Amino acid sequence: MTHLVLVGTSHHLAPVELREQVAVDKERAAELATQLGEAVVLSTCNRTEIYIAAGDDAAAEARAAALLEPAAQVLYRLRDRAAALHLFRVAAGLDSLVPGEGEILGQVRAAHENGTPGLLLDRVFRQAVHVGGKVRANTAIGESPASVSSAAAALAEQVFGDLDGCRILLIGAGEVGEQAAKSLRGRGAEILLTANSKTDREHLAQQLAEADVVVSATSTHDVVLDAATVERARKGRQLLLIDLAVPRDLDPAIHELDGCYLYDIDDLEAIVAETLAGRRSEAQRAESIVAAEAEKFHEWHASLDVVPAIASLRAHAEEIREAELKKAEGVLGRLDASERSAVESLTAQIVNKLLHLPTVRMKQAAAAADGVIYAEAVRHLFGLGEDER
Amino acid sequence: MAELFFWPALLFYGEAALGYVGEATRVPGRAGRLALWGVRLGWLMQTALLAVQAAREDGFPWSTWAGSLNLFVWLVVTVYLFWGSRRPYRLLGLTVMPFAVALLAVARAGGGTGIGSRSNYSNLFLVAHVGLVLVAFAGFTLTAGLSALYLWQERRLKQRNAGILRKPAPSLATMDRLSFRLAAWSLPALTLGIAVGIVRLVDRGDGVDALVIATLVTWVVWAGYLLLRVRGFAGRRAAYVALAGFLLIIVVRIALQGVHFA
Repeated sequence: MTHLVLVGTSHHLAPVELREQVAVDKERAAELATQLGEAVVLSTCNRTEIYIAAGDDAAAEARAAALLEPAAQVLYRLRDRAAALHLFRVAAGLDSLVPGEGEILGQVRAAHENGTPGLLLDRVFRQAVHVGGKVRANTAIGESPASVSSAAAALAEQVFGDLDGCRILLIGAGEVGEQAAKSLRGRGAEILLTANSKTDREHLAQQLAEADVVVSATSTHDVVLDAATVERARKGRQLLLIDLAVPRDLDPAIHELDGCYLYDIDDLEAIVAETLAGRRSEAQRAESIVAAEAEKFHEWHASLDVVPAIASLRAHAEEIREAELKKAEGVLGRLDASERSAVESLTAQIVNKLLHLPTVRMKQAAAAADGVIYAEAVRHLFGLGEDER
Repeated sequence: MAELFFWPALLFYGEAALGYVGEATRVPGRAGRLALWGVRLGWLMQTALLAVQAAREDGFPWSTWAGSLNLFVWLVVTVYLFWGSRRPYRLLGLTVMPFAVALLAVARAGGGTGIGSRSNYSNLFLVAHVGLVLVAFAGFTLTAGLSALYLWQERRLKQRNAGILRKPAPSLATMDRLSFRLAAWSLPALTLGIAVGIVRLVDRGDGVDALVIATLVTWVVWAGYLLLRVRGFAGRRAAYVALAGFLLIIVVRIALQGVHFA
């Protein structure tokens, strides 16, 4: 039997100092896969995992572990159903730092394409990609934002809908503000002006009249925009203001103005905490989807034990059927074409009906780990393969 | 026979109303899906009810105030089901379905869900007058539903509700734009419906009653709403005006109907 072997480490066990020692780029991952035979190497910033399909699982595990030697103390080693379940959880984002994050699904797909999969690995990776998509389609695990910057962009969508053409006034050129602006730009918004705390207030007010979203993240201790300035410049339009600075840049009284929505860093962090809680509750539903898929994989994998026996049994039955038809050629030769076809169809149906239940029972037995015994029994009872001996 | 469809329709609409409350107050998902099925099944039942009424009557079967209320509820739910129940607007059901349940119950209390409400008026007149006015009112009702949802969403934004991103609602801008468009489509229908009614009044030499006056006031309010919107009036204040216009519709549909249909 071909086993699925997984050896790897991730952010759960290994600190970044160890993870960076075993991380590999795309070229090296392809090289390793070729070296290992039937293998796929998944390497991201949070994990490095080697999947191998091999008859000798202990030897395959040892080879993979040797390649990840720097992280030897923190390696996990899984086989068959447990390995598949792990891969499905990874693809669904359930093993990620932020539950439900979507990037990992693309990384799993890319690793599959970059590897050297045979029948077993091809099946398990295709199914993993399918599971990842299914979890995202049937649960809300990936729908809500998981960072302050994406929460700011999602809030802007709650006010303006489509952000295409929305104008952002970015005050402060620091990394925090830039992240939020990047998130907004990613959804179609455009930067109207990048200002700082020293920008002329009159110029700022002029630009404010054109802006839909204000993102402020300066290091100044003064108020950058007060309520009176905002009210004058806004001219009745809706305005979303994101204040990411500590101490705050924007006058809290702005929030009291009609059509103005001011969110500071605490508000955004509360939203992120709430959405992460939502992701965790969705993760429970996702886990049951993943478990069901792992069970399907296990059934398929186990059925590989009995497939050759089933194929031999069917071929043997077909041989007997054809031989018996040939023997009766004298009688059948007198039949016209439609009568002859009816006889052939009848005999084929008898064979199929006789073999249907044994086939189903053998697959069930394989799923319950008795597949090899059943396969041997069938070979013995029907004398399958005896001619070749 | 009509009874056979009325109770399931009311029950499914009621289930949908409760489902939407669950969708808005708890973790979204299952409650919303159940609510949508309630709308679908309730709508099928009410459609069957209307079909039975139409089959059993020789003329226009919804000529009484209660009958027209029944038809009105069906129109509102139809527009919601085929347009408003799509994912971004689904929570509109939170405002539409409780309203549908209440009005359908009132329609039954007035005898509008049974058989035997023929009118002396011609079918053509009734279809044109009642049909157009009801279509317009259904449009205004959904406008008001969107406005109520707008106020709910705006309040969540003002309260900095931490769960705002977990419960999907259309954006403020979308709801504002759609309520304007719905009202803009509905006003011409109301204008035509009123015009048909006035032509009939003049033709028969009848006088105006309280319902006619209230309907004209409703027209003035909605025309004013649209005029203000064209001039840039939007947001929360526009939503309040739409709700005021809707209150007038309720008055027209329920409180004054007895006078007009007597």
